[in-house]
This record gives sequence, structure tokens and C-alpha cells, in this order.
Amino acid sequence: MVRQKVLVLYLANSALDSPVVAWAVYDGSGETRPMAGDADHPPYRTGVDALRDGWRLIQASQILPHARGEEFDLAYLKYEFFFEQLVETAA
Amino acid sequence: MSDTPLLSSLDMARFVARGFLRFDAVVPDEINAQFLAETGEAPAPVEGRKVLGALGALFAQSAIPEVAPGTPLAQAYAQGSAVRRLLDLPLVRGAIQSLAGPDPVFDHHFLHVTFPPAYYEAGGGENVSQHTHQDSTVDPARGFDLQVMYYPHAVTREMGGTRFVPGTHLRKVSEVALGRYQNIRGQQHMVCEAGTLLFLHSGIWHGGGVNLSDRTRTMFKIRMNPSAPQVRRWDLSTLPAEPARRPIFYVKTPQPETVESILMTPEPWFEQDTGRLEFVNRIKLWRHLAGDAAFDADYWLTRLENPARAEAAL
Repeated sequence: MVRQKVLVLYLANSALDSPVVAWAVYDGSGETRPMAGDADHPPYRTGVDALRDGWRLIQASQILPHARGEEFDLAYLKYEFFFEQLVETAA
Repeated sequence: MSDTPLLSSLDMARFVARGFLRFDAVVPDEINAQFLAETGEAPAPVEGRKVLGALGALFAQSAIPEVAPGTPLAQAYAQGSAVRRLLDLPLVRGAIQSLAGPDPVFDHHFLHVTFPPAYYEAGGGENVSQHTHQDSTVDPARGFDLQVMYYPHAVTREMGGTRFVPGTHLRKVSEVALGRYQNIRGQQHMVCEAGTLLFLHSGIWHGGGVNLSDRTRTMFKIRMNPSAPQVRRWDLSTLPAEPARRPIFYVKTPQPETVESILMTPEPWFEQDTGRLEFVNRIKLWRHLAGDAAFDADYWLTRLENPARAEAAL
């Protein structure tokens, strides 16, 4: 069976070769159980390092203009990149 | 001279910049022991009883009172109780008065108990850490509520501890909408001695860590609201008369620690562009707390608010 592993990287700017500032892993194979707070060091230095390790980029956040009057408002992390790997698992 | 030691300007700047102040092992052992006696021991794991059931049994036996929101904090706990004694410690009174102002109002409290694996093996459910979140709901106010987290016993890394991300408190987010962020550079885990206190800006991102030890972990949290503007409540004798104007970008020598240098210290998770907006928002919070609408650090707002530029735009 094929299952999906998902890696989400949050980068320091919109360039895929900028440093990782936050990350998440979700493992559809069930072999690991990543969770909040389980690592203090990122799995890759940059998004490109994840590509080099075989992760496929499937989504990147848009670069959006700033609404007038809300230029200084901050909320969620801005530079989000979704990657996947397809892994074979036992039936 | 007052017996309430107010926070210094540098400590206030640290709180404005990072959203927390930590005081290790400042609650006497006697109060820690009294608090744990008043809460009681968690019941042993029972086959088929879920963790929530064990938590409910612990609440039922606890001497910590139920308190309605809106109660003056000074009336929330009985004289002589462990929590009242904790709140009466000079350091605690001074920090609360500096950050929340006089006569704060009780919002809510909670006894956070994190159970070890044996409880999940007996009762089912998955033993995982809590998703990172911001408490309450989206809060666009300039001021803030104060949250005090109290650790009555020593916490090891294996016990999980509260995870929090310094510097996230000025982001306007909706509770656990940020739960997708499993790990953030610079996150901290509360590994501490008994009697440690965290004073938190209500906006800081945090979550409970998974407990992999063989005992329960207890943390008691109190949220309080200001009852008056949080303006100029700290030890103003430590506030320099003039802001420290210092060179920016092209700097040859290390700069001394000042309110400005603290406000301009980035966190490891800062994005390169929005990190500058974080500085702007810290300056705005300092303006609010200091009652000084002209305050600036490193020229960020002076540049943007230059009246000559506004005139030119007409």
C-alpha cells in the first residue's frame, strides 16, 4: 500500500532556499507519531534541502499585498510550504 | 518605602519584547507543599476510566475554590490558602501590579494536570502533547490580560512541561487555528524547580507537553484582567528620561543593554520582513504602557511618522 507523509515548512521569506523557522510532520504510514513540541531543531536548514532529500513540493503560500490600515497587523506564519513523500507500507 | 517591589524598566521591556517573565523557585517550599496538599493526589489509574474521569475525581476532592469571573482577585481566595499566600508574596504582588495594574479582576483559573502513560493504558485515549494555541479568542486590544502559571513541584523534560514560544504574544490569532505549527524555532519547555512562576502576556502561544514520566504533572494557572489602564505601573525611577538614541545597521561596537536594545532583539522564529513589524508592534505596546506616544526605538516609527512626508503626500 502507498501512504502519504506530509512535511510543512515555514520559511524566513518567500524564497524556497531561505531558512526554516517552524515545521510540522504528519505521517500517514503510521510508523511515527509526530506531535507538537517533539523537536527543537528543524529537520532541514532550508526548503531546498528538503527537495534534495526527496520531498516533493505540492503547495506554497501566496505573497499577498497588505490591506491599507492593517500594514502592521501580524497573525499566522507567512511563508508556508507543503511537501509530500509517498511511502510503501505493509498491507 | 513600599514593600511591593515593582518591576524595573528593563524587566518591563523584556516582557513587552518576549511576552513573559520567569522567576525560578521563588515560592517557598512550605507554600508548594500546602498547595499540593490542598489539591490532593490524583486517583490511581482504573481500568476503563478515561483520563477526563481521573481529572474530574481530582477536581472533586481539591480544596481550590470555584470562582466566578469578574470577582476582584483580592476576594477570590481565602486568607491562609496556598494560592492567597502565593499572591501575597512581595515579588508576586509587585509583578502583578506592574503588569496588570492595581486591583486586577479574576478571569478564571485552572488546575492543569497532565497524566502519565499508565492512565492512557488503563482508560484508553492517546497520550499526546497539546496543540500550540493562544488562549481565549482573537483579541485586538492594545492592552492585555496577565496569566500566572505556577509550578508547585519540580518538572523534568520527561514530564513534558508547558511549551511556549517567546515573542509570539503580539500576533492576533484565533486560539488553536495555529495548531498546525508543531515546532517553532526558539520554543521553550518549562523544566523547572518547585515554586517556579511564569508571568505571561495573554497572547503568547503555548501548549502542554506530553507526559512520559511515571507521575502526574501539575500546573496552576490564573488569568486576571486589568481594572484600570496598564499605564506607568512599574518602577518609574528606573525609566530613563530620554530614549537611548543609538546607531542602527552600521554599528561597530556592542551596544549597552537598554529598553531599546531589549525591544529590538529578535526571536529565532522571526521571518525576515515581519520581524521588523514585530519591532514596530513592540514599540507601540511600549508607547501604550509608558504613556509616551512619541517613544521610538531604532527610528522605526519616526521614519514612518515623519510629518514632512505626510505633507508631501497631500
